[in-house]
Amino acid sequence: MKGYDLFDLAARNLRQSKLRNGLTTVGISVGVASLVAMLSLGVGLQQLASRRLAGSGMFDTVFVTSKQDFRGFDRDEDRKEQHPENAPVLDEPARETMAKLKYVTEVEPEIRVMGEILYGGQTHFGFVTGLPMSARENEAFDNLQGKFFSRPDADEVILLNDFAKELDPKNPKELIGKEVTLRYGEHQPLAADSEIAGRPQLSGERSSGEPAAPDAYGFSVVRRTHPLKVVGIVEEEPYGGMRTVSRGRIFLPVDLTENLNMAEFSDMRSPLRGHGRTFMTLTVRVKDPAKVAQVQDAIKQMGFRTFSVLDATKSLRRFFTVLDLFLGIFGSLALAVATLAIVNTLVMAVLERRREIGVMKAIGASDGDVKRLFFAEAGAMGFFGGVLGIVLGFGIGKAINFGTGIYLRNHQLPAEAVWILPTWLIGAAIAFSIAVSLLAGLYPASRAARLDPVQTLKYE
Amino acid sequence: MNSSPTFPAVCTENVCRYYPMGGSIIRAVDGVSLTIERGEFVALLGQSGSGKSTLLNLLAGLDRPTAGLVVVQGRDLAKLSPEELARYRRNDVGMVFQAFHLIPTMTITENVELPMRFAEVERSERAPRVRESLERVGLGHRLEHRPSELSGGEQQRVSLARALANRPSLLLADEPTGNLDSRTGEDILNLIRDVSLSLGMTVVMVTHERALAERFAQRLIFLADGKLLPAVDPGPQASPGFGVAGAGETPA
Repeated sequence: MKGYDLFDLAARNLRQSKLRNGLTTVGISVGVASLVAMLSLGVGLQQLASRRLAGSGMFDTVFVTSKQDFRGFDRDEDRKEQHPENAPVLDEPARETMAKLKYVTEVEPEIRVMGEILYGGQTHFGFVTGLPMSARENEAFDNLQGKFFSRPDADEVILLNDFAKELDPKNPKELIGKEVTLRYGEHQPLAADSEIAGRPQLSGERSSGEPAAPDAYGFSVVRRTHPLKVVGIVEEEPYGGMRTVSRGRIFLPVDLTENLNMAEFSDMRSPLRGHGRTFMTLTVRVKDPAKVAQVQDAIKQMGFRTFSVLDATKSLRRFFTVLDLFLGIFGSLALAVATLAIVNTLVMAVLERRREIGVMKAIGASDGDVKRLFFAEAGAMGFFGGVLGIVLGFGIGKAINFGTGIYLRNHQLPAEAVWILPTWLIGAAIAFSIAVSLLAGLYPASRAARLDPVQTLKYE
Repeated sequence: MNSSPTFPAVCTENVCRYYPMGGSIIRAVDGVSLTIERGEFVALLGQSGSGKSTLLNLLAGLDRPTAGLVVVQGRDLAKLSPEELARYRRNDVGMVFQAFHLIPTMTITENVELPMRFAEVERSERAPRVRESLERVGLGHRLEHRPSELSGGEQQRVSLARALANRPSLLLADEPTGNLDSRTGEDILNLIRDVSLSLGMTVVMVTHERALAERFAQRLIFLADGKLLPAVDPGPQASPGFGVAGAGETPA
């Protein structure tokens, strides 16, 4: 029997008991809808989490510290390290080597120093943080008032909104475009080491295993001021930093902070350890989040300690895999029940149409024709159930989004889609629905095909 | 229309069909050997339970013999695969039943078209062939009606038209007049005889109405307890010993 006749006969048979087949189809659609709604919720939640993490600007970032530092991100690894004093230091050559690594776009120090802003005859204390130009992409700047830095070494400053209110409680926005003065402590190496004014300096003494001279390095802190133009005001602190407890409130372009040669807390370690000035943390930005692991490995090879959000997302991804699995199982339960309904419907159809099946065989239908006819009926119910289920599931999803939207807005949060129906799921759900229906049709179809025409055609 | 004219239309050799029933075995057909020539109109007569319908089902390829041979146009049906047997039923055999067995949800046209669907006849060819078959049985109207809207005689005509749809060489009729009054029954048998003559079809008809069989069939074959009784020629000289209990009876 050809495909056209097969589907025509199947459609005719389905129409014959509209109510029963319709109800079965609706049953399938409810199953598909619950599966689709559940899986889409899983996908939506995962995308929401990913979006949040990507927006935080940490997905493409590797944080690098020296193993000489007393505290690492991985305590177990710390204990394994027997001689941290032999580990390489985070100095300028190390930074340059990292900058040359494949896929690395930017290597910037994390600088956080104490400073004061002089404005309107008042002094305001705050932590100063250097920001790389790439920070523009950070979600904290999504609602930046004013502008971002024009150049990496511009004499410009962006203030945290709270801090701006301290400067001008009535109208903090008026500060944009105004001049303020920054007061800070300058790091000045002692005369013996100070031929090179730039920071940081590599300790020349620490070479070829020779112990460093205990008094080979020292520095002075000199009070300085620098004029700055306020270009923007930001609501939240970008990054939030990885290690520093204090919150930065004054943001300068990172090259400017380096040029100003500001004294940092961590500078205290340099005279103690006897090497030159080093960075506490380097932030390595990677071109593509997918390459983070590769860059991380390369930096580990150099003997540094690294941390990236990738480590954190590994467990996150495991969580979502398990969540998807559970949502899928719950969603499938309804479909499993619907499958039984198909079996029931078709077995009843076989019983009702015994005589008809016998006649068909007598006038030339093969066992295969009869089997295919029942498969076509099961498949058609699966197809329509799948399509209807997608529509239904889409409606449920829209309702979920609408509901969570109201809930989020009531909590003064921006509405976000927690339920996303990916295109692949539409096709997959319909295909799955058809496949499950065909599976359900297996028993009734073979039962119909096995019917003995002689028995069914006996005159009664 | 067949390739090898040397074979008889139907030939059975010691064919048997046994059914297990309860603890015993029913010998429905028990060693029947017969030959039916091409174009012959043969009536199978016997009381109910004599095995005539079982023999017909064996010829139709609906049932397989327990032993023996069923050879139709040189092909041993027992050796055919289920798929080949289905092809044999759809291309070489037409069947007419006592209860008509039309599909009640299909129109007359659709019922006659159904065998063509299984035979994968081109769709453009079907309408003229349906019309041709229906005209041959004298039905040119009410073609979009359902079987239940027709009289018994008309339904049997549709059933005959359906049997002719794939232009078979062998027509098997199982008590075709059993559900009809005597006049309508005669009409149907006239029709079957005319059609078989004009198409050169071999006809095997199962009946227990001896009088009708004697009028229309060229040869009567009697069965009792699954076995063939000695052959007789139709006509008044037929031995009275072969009288069938219900011979000549007609439903009111």
